[in-house]
Amino acid sequence: MSSKITAALFGLLAAGPIAAAQVAVKAETIHTVSGPVIKDGVVVVTDGKIAAVGPAAEVSIPAGHEVLEAKVLVPGLVDVRATVGLTGIYNGDDQAHDQDMIESSAPIQPGLRAIDAYNPREELLEYVRSFGVTTIHTGHAPGPLVSGQTMIAKTRTTTLADAVVKPFFGVAATLSPKAQSGSGAPGTRGKTYAMLREALIGAEAYKATLDNFDGEGAPPARDLAKEALVAVLDGEAPLIVTANRAQDIASALRLQKEFSVKVWLDMAAEVYTLMDEVKAAGVPVLIHPTTYRATSETKNLSFTTAAKLADAGVPFAIQTGYEGYVPKVRVLVFEAAIAAAHGLGFERTLESITLSPAKLLGIADRVGSIEVGKDGDLALFDGDPFEYTTHCTGVVIEGQVASRAVR
Amino acid sequence: MLTRRASGRYPLDMRLMFESLSKALFASALGLLSALPSQAQTTAVTGGTLLPVDGPAIEGGVMLVEGGKITAIGAADAVKVPAGAAVVDATGKVVMPGLVDTHSHIGGIGAADSSGPLQPGVRVYDSINVRSSGFRRALAGGLTSLNIMPGSGHLSSGQTVYVKLRYGDETPRTIDAIAYRFPDGSPMGGLKMANGTNSIRDEGKGGFPGTRGKSAFLVRSLYIQAQEYRAKIEAAVDEDGNPDESKLPDRNLHLETLLEVMDGKRIVHHHTHRHDDILTVLRLAEEFGFRVVLHHVSEGWRVADEIAAAKVPCSAILVDSPGGKLEALNLVMECGGILEKAGVRTAFHTDDWITDSRLFFRSAALAVRAGMTRQGALESLTLAGAEMMDLQDRVGSLTPGKDADFIILSGDPLSVYTRVEETWVEGEKVFDLSDPKDQLYAEGGYGAGEEISPYFCCYDHLMKKEAN
Repeated sequence: MSSKITAALFGLLAAGPIAAAQVAVKAETIHTVSGPVIKDGVVVVTDGKIAAVGPAAEVSIPAGHEVLEAKVLVPGLVDVRATVGLTGIYNGDDQAHDQDMIESSAPIQPGLRAIDAYNPREELLEYVRSFGVTTIHTGHAPGPLVSGQTMIAKTRTTTLADAVVKPFFGVAATLSPKAQSGSGAPGTRGKTYAMLREALIGAEAYKATLDNFDGEGAPPARDLAKEALVAVLDGEAPLIVTANRAQDIASALRLQKEFSVKVWLDMAAEVYTLMDEVKAAGVPVLIHPTTYRATSETKNLSFTTAAKLADAGVPFAIQTGYEGYVPKVRVLVFEAAIAAAHGLGFERTLESITLSPAKLLGIADRVGSIEVGKDGDLALFDGDPFEYTTHCTGVVIEGQVASRAVR
Repeated sequence: MLTRRASGRYPLDMRLMFESLSKALFASALGLLSALPSQAQTTAVTGGTLLPVDGPAIEGGVMLVEGGKITAIGAADAVKVPAGAAVVDATGKVVMPGLVDTHSHIGGIGAADSSGPLQPGVRVYDSINVRSSGFRRALAGGLTSLNIMPGSGHLSSGQTVYVKLRYGDETPRTIDAIAYRFPDGSPMGGLKMANGTNSIRDEGKGGFPGTRGKSAFLVRSLYIQAQEYRAKIEAAVDEDGNPDESKLPDRNLHLETLLEVMDGKRIVHHHTHRHDDILTVLRLAEEFGFRVVLHHVSEGWRVADEIAAAKVPCSAILVDSPGGKLEALNLVMECGGILEKAGVRTAFHTDDWITDSRLFFRSAALAVRAGMTRQGALESLTLAGAEMMDLQDRVGSLTPGKDADFIILSGDPLSVYTRVEETWVEGEKVFDLSDPKDQLYAEGGYGAGEEISPYFCCYDHLMKKEAN
């Protein structure tokens, strides 16, 4: 991350510590994800971190810990791509403005920070949390050619500083006809790609100016938009490219080659047509919500794509994405369930919404599995988490019981 | 091929066609038809768990199908499989009625345009592309009867049409091959109406209402016009009281439709979300005496007792989260169960493309997660919906005499892991998951999609935040 952005954000994150909480969960089945399944097990969370995991016979619960019970315990779920927090429940216009994920005033605005729009008290956050999601990669939505930045947060109802895991993670771009609306937007796919190249080439020139500054005289003028793209060029932030049709996916891969940047494929409805190319490029796929609407550029999406990505060995995770209308937010476990039932299977599906996204997001040292030393983020269920008729019965985030709803 | 169809697939259509044929042709066609039953193949579905919906589950039961109808259903020792029957072995499977969707937008539909808020004379029937892949996807989801509706961007966007998905190896050539018929031969359907925010437009432009008060005013005004129109028709008599066509008022398709509604022939399918909007519909239905099904009912749980007292059924939507528009802020998964408990006849619908037809079971299953009974959930996908379309004598349960519309599932209907393996309509298999062509529609993939989106006209402003 560019040092200036880091410096600017550091003060923000230096806010107060998270209140310590002591919780233990006894469960009939614990899916640790990183290790074997534990039957009749216990997870102890002390001071926000997992302190012990194991069979009930071997792990004692220290005094002062609230004890919860579950049939099935899994790591807190990680949503690899969402817009909730910037996207609000009202979908209102001027009377109830809560839609901050798309800024249409210009086609390329990488300088827009997600943290300046994220509302940790958004009702939809509480909603997705009650279904087990504890960590989200959220931010500006697909749509404009470059819509802005993304961030990573815990889904806690708290201050921004307490919620944020990474204030700046990636830059969101869209290669599709969806980028062809709004002020100054391109009118064709060719122009869309040309404008993105121009922006990156402009950022390269800016980077050269910064690198060549010898400290003599006035420093180069700051350009917030280009600073964010420099982070992309430096490989500090991925360029998260939304592309659904095969030709748009191919364009995203071409961009990766030309600029040697980290490209992540977002949505990728037709990725099964280019699996070899995607695998060879080493590009991870944030696969579309399994039940996303099969219309327009997603008309050929398939419930089986997640399984095909897994079979091919392409790194991927399942996302909930962005919804403009109803439902205003998708439920991660519901999207995962349809993939589970269409070839992905239980174990791989659970991994695709826990450890896999944690690894992609560079936060697997903190979340994504139930291991000693990781954050005490847990999701409790009264049966198979993917089954329609079972419930999420509790959610723990960093040792605090964040939801007691039975959903 | 024609004779095979006559025996099973289009009995009502064929009868109507015969009525318009010359006597001689009719006689010869009838001869052909009457020769068929003795030749008709009996299909026996055996070994599976039969869920008739109107009765208890039958383990390892037998269902017989002949001439497109269910002729018998029962335990294996009670229903004998006739010699020569084609046996469909459903051992280990679950067999239940084809699903009935009371609210779908598939087929590239479009009825009323933006010229005005009330257009009951416009028919969605005149807009449907039967080649749309949406129909194949619906079959993959186990749906066999649909109410295809125009959108909710109007107080009334026009007439709906009830269709039976007769999609065998050959795609139906026109809408006439799949439309249910009223006894008079006209396409069977209801009338779409809506209130709340979708039909309200900026500052009342183009004659559209700008408020809820104006919405109800416009609806009441048109129904009163229809009552006056009826009075003129009834007054068109000569001095002896006999009908006198010369005195009839000019035909008005909009008002004619409202007369059908007030006569009870055509059911109003009313989009309504907020609790006060729901009560407005009940008030209007009482004032004008129309039969109504409340659709969506996001806040139905808030007025469940009032709905029950009015004896009005509900077709609910279940989407994954509340919000997305102001009137759906209080949508909850518990709604179906609360309505059921209050004694409201409750169905679900896909509202496809709002939810995908292939995931129709999910709506009922998630309702069970939130408190609905299993039996209520099964009825909500079948018999309850059939009743809301006046089709309960033809579909909605595995009952002798009803159309042989059924589905074969790999397991529990309410499990996410269960797949629809086969869909049968009027005794003919129209979807088979083991056929790669059908599998494409069931799971998606290259070529599964199509370009056609429904035409909803008048609430683009609500979707403006969704880029394109």
